[in-house]
Amino acid sequence: MKIGVFVCQCGENIGKTVDCVGVAKSCASIPGVAVSMEYKYMCSDPGQNLVKQAIADNGLDAVVVAACSPHMHEKTFRKAANGAGINPFLVEIANIREHVSWIHDDVPSGSLKATDLIRSAVEKVKNNAPLTTIKVPVTKRALVIGGGISGIQAALDIANAGYEVVLVEKEPSIGGHMSQLSETFPTLDCSQCILTPRMVEVYQHPKIKLLTYSEVEAVDGFIGNFKVKIRKKARSVIDEDCNGCGMCIQKCPTKKKAYSEFEEGMAFRPAIYVPFPQAVPNIPVIDRSVCTFYKTGKCKICETVCGRKAIDFMQEDTILEEEIGAIVVATGFKLYKITKPEPGSPYEGYGEYGYGEYKDVIDGLQFERMASASGPTAGEMKRPSDGKEPKKIVFIQCVGSRDESKGFSYCSKICCMYTAKHAMLYKHKVHDGEAYVFYMDIRSGGKMYEEFVRRGIEEDGAKYIRGRVSRLYEENGKIIVKGEDTLAGVPITIDADMVVLATAMVAQKEAPKLAQILGIPYDKHGFMSESHPKLKPVESSSGGIFLAGAANAPKDIPESVSMASAAAAKVMILFSSDILEREPVIAQVDESTCVGCFYCQKVCAYNAVERKEIKDRNGKLIKVVAYVNEGLCQGCGTCNATCPSKSVELIGFKDEQIFAQICALNEI
Amino acid sequence: MSGHHSHKDPLLEEIEHLTSQNTSVCYQCGKCSAGCPIRDFAEESPNKIIRYIQLGLYEKALKSKTIWLCASCQTCTTRCPQKYDLARLMDALRQLAIKKGYKPDRAVYKFHKAFLKQIKDHGRSYELGLVRDYKLSNIASLTLFQDMDVAPTMLLKGKLGILPHNIKGKKAIEKMFKKYYDKKGDE
Repeated sequence: MKIGVFVCQCGENIGKTVDCVGVAKSCASIPGVAVSMEYKYMCSDPGQNLVKQAIADNGLDAVVVAACSPHMHEKTFRKAANGAGINPFLVEIANIREHVSWIHDDVPSGSLKATDLIRSAVEKVKNNAPLTTIKVPVTKRALVIGGGISGIQAALDIANAGYEVVLVEKEPSIGGHMSQLSETFPTLDCSQCILTPRMVEVYQHPKIKLLTYSEVEAVDGFIGNFKVKIRKKARSVIDEDCNGCGMCIQKCPTKKKAYSEFEEGMAFRPAIYVPFPQAVPNIPVIDRSVCTFYKTGKCKICETVCGRKAIDFMQEDTILEEEIGAIVVATGFKLYKITKPEPGSPYEGYGEYGYGEYKDVIDGLQFERMASASGPTAGEMKRPSDGKEPKKIVFIQCVGSRDESKGFSYCSKICCMYTAKHAMLYKHKVHDGEAYVFYMDIRSGGKMYEEFVRRGIEEDGAKYIRGRVSRLYEENGKIIVKGEDTLAGVPITIDADMVVLATAMVAQKEAPKLAQILGIPYDKHGFMSESHPKLKPVESSSGGIFLAGAANAPKDIPESVSMASAAAAKVMILFSSDILEREPVIAQVDESTCVGCFYCQKVCAYNAVERKEIKDRNGKLIKVVAYVNEGLCQGCGTCNATCPSKSVELIGFKDEQIFAQICALNEI
Repeated sequence: MSGHHSHKDPLLEEIEHLTSQNTSVCYQCGKCSAGCPIRDFAEESPNKIIRYIQLGLYEKALKSKTIWLCASCQTCTTRCPQKYDLARLMDALRQLAIKKGYKPDRAVYKFHKAFLKQIKDHGRSYELGLVRDYKLSNIASLTLFQDMDVAPTMLLKGKLGILPHNIKGKKAIEKMFKKYYDKKGDE
């Protein structure tokens, strides 16, 4: 094998600490090296031409480039070598910049280390084999999980680009939390007015298949080729037959058996219901846990009044299977409840705020419903205990958020803004009322955000007090708020008529389960993890699965929408080609030595290891061995390290290649 | 001010050693002060005391009356969102104040000693014993009958036991006190 060594000076970057001329000269004597040279900028066009020329002149079989990190220019040199007729996987990089010149200042020892690294790379390349990229077809059909504003945005963007979308929402209607909001900061737009047209657009879009009251049950396959099982929960109402007249809802006798989820428990709903009047689709669902028929076998009033015969008490869940090329996870968030913690919850409750047992202490979403014209109080400020208008209202920020003792380390990001909005909305409705806001810091980064908060303080007269509230308790129909203004250093006690808690945004309870189904990582709080916090913020670490909105971390609407559009763009990039090409650095099983212990399957983070049956010519099963799905394998090498019979190897990083590298370093 | 490589003031090091806590975790939310039962009697709020430490104004903290007014009820500690044990800091500051010669008012100091004696003798606070020892040691101040009016209410509410309740580990507590006094002298 004839190998060429090319040492790059990277201007002064390497040249200052490594004697490149001397290194090139001493590398010429490494066995197998046919030519060794140095150049000022090997990545430049003349530098690349030098490599190509040397390959042609000397009939080289393989190339070692001693330069910067392979993250930087491995592709460049592979391409150059390929242009001169060498398989790109017969090019190795010795990183003498990040690993040598940038971390050493002594020229002789730097040069020595550079030579060692080059020798090591030469020994590896001697054991390299020509490889070809893996090609997989792409199913140009996207799955969007979650029908809140993020999922709606992602679905519409992908569909408007001409690709099919399956949008799955677990609730009976799309719309998510945004549909519950009264008005939005910093413009005070009516939330439903801007959201509902989008919801209708989703419903009517010819490219979007909308599956509400449905959940993703299983995901198999890999980027471009997912097979997804979706459970369509029994609505007890036949979608195609229902025309949404609402007669069943009107006539349902179980009026006050269940709290409305949409109204955050501040109103009741019947057993057969749509979550809210603008629901999409406008098809009711029967809550079987409260419906009289399911309890006693009698009633069926809804069936009687339905002119379309759309009620089906016997309806069962159905499982749909969909072929999908890319997935966007937009499952959103939940609000933390201050109640005593459920078993298994990582969060503590707030005993000092009464564990949520005081009626006139509500959370932010409940306030949204109260302030909403379509809400349970028709937009009037009426406190839950006695329906009186609260004249003194206290807003408390950072309830849960930034509270390590309750299990949260993070800032929920949106509460400063929505609390300012709440104080404003309150003052707009109760002119003679007093609004107090207890805060720790005001985090109002965002376009027109700071101005919005100042408006609440300067124009609407919200009184901001810097300090955390220690305790809430009920006394004579008031909620006593014990605080301290840390700026003035004075204790503050307020006898409030109502208290609104800006509770933390937490991950959906089922988020970890879904992440496990998808095979993507999530953090200790249950938020889905992005692949890189700066440069890959919408990618999960699994190929073809993207993230949007508050499923990833607390986010407000503009951020969620931006992220959703970004995720949609990533899906479109994936769908722009018919065939996906990827590097062949994946694990490979030696079926002759594999004993079928499947330790590799247990450790694989990408669900890439499958079971393969080996049969003889009569079809008799001989043994079961591990098989690596090349679409799923990310080449991490964990299986390689785990295999007790040394039957798994990473192509491009086989043991013989690694050992050759190590031995070369040992020769020193 | 802090960080892995920066040099820490020896006094800060001593405080952090005595409290086994990193003072910089406090983000000054003021929840400690908001719930402090002696807040109305203290000129300086509890969060201000830890702020003094963070700023390196140790003398201000050691001279503050707040550290002596602290009832060690640990409400601050229980509710602190950052899990900082402020009651423990108050205790450390009292120790340091005495060591550095910033002794509080005579009466306060006598009370402090009488209180510690109950802990030493019973492993926990014994209110009647505290009243007895404090009043007798501070007889010169002619306050023998001060606050006597609250005694009946306290008795009715079961807050004033006639006999002391000793804890199970009383011997161990005694040992701890002995070890400490042997080392540091009677302070």
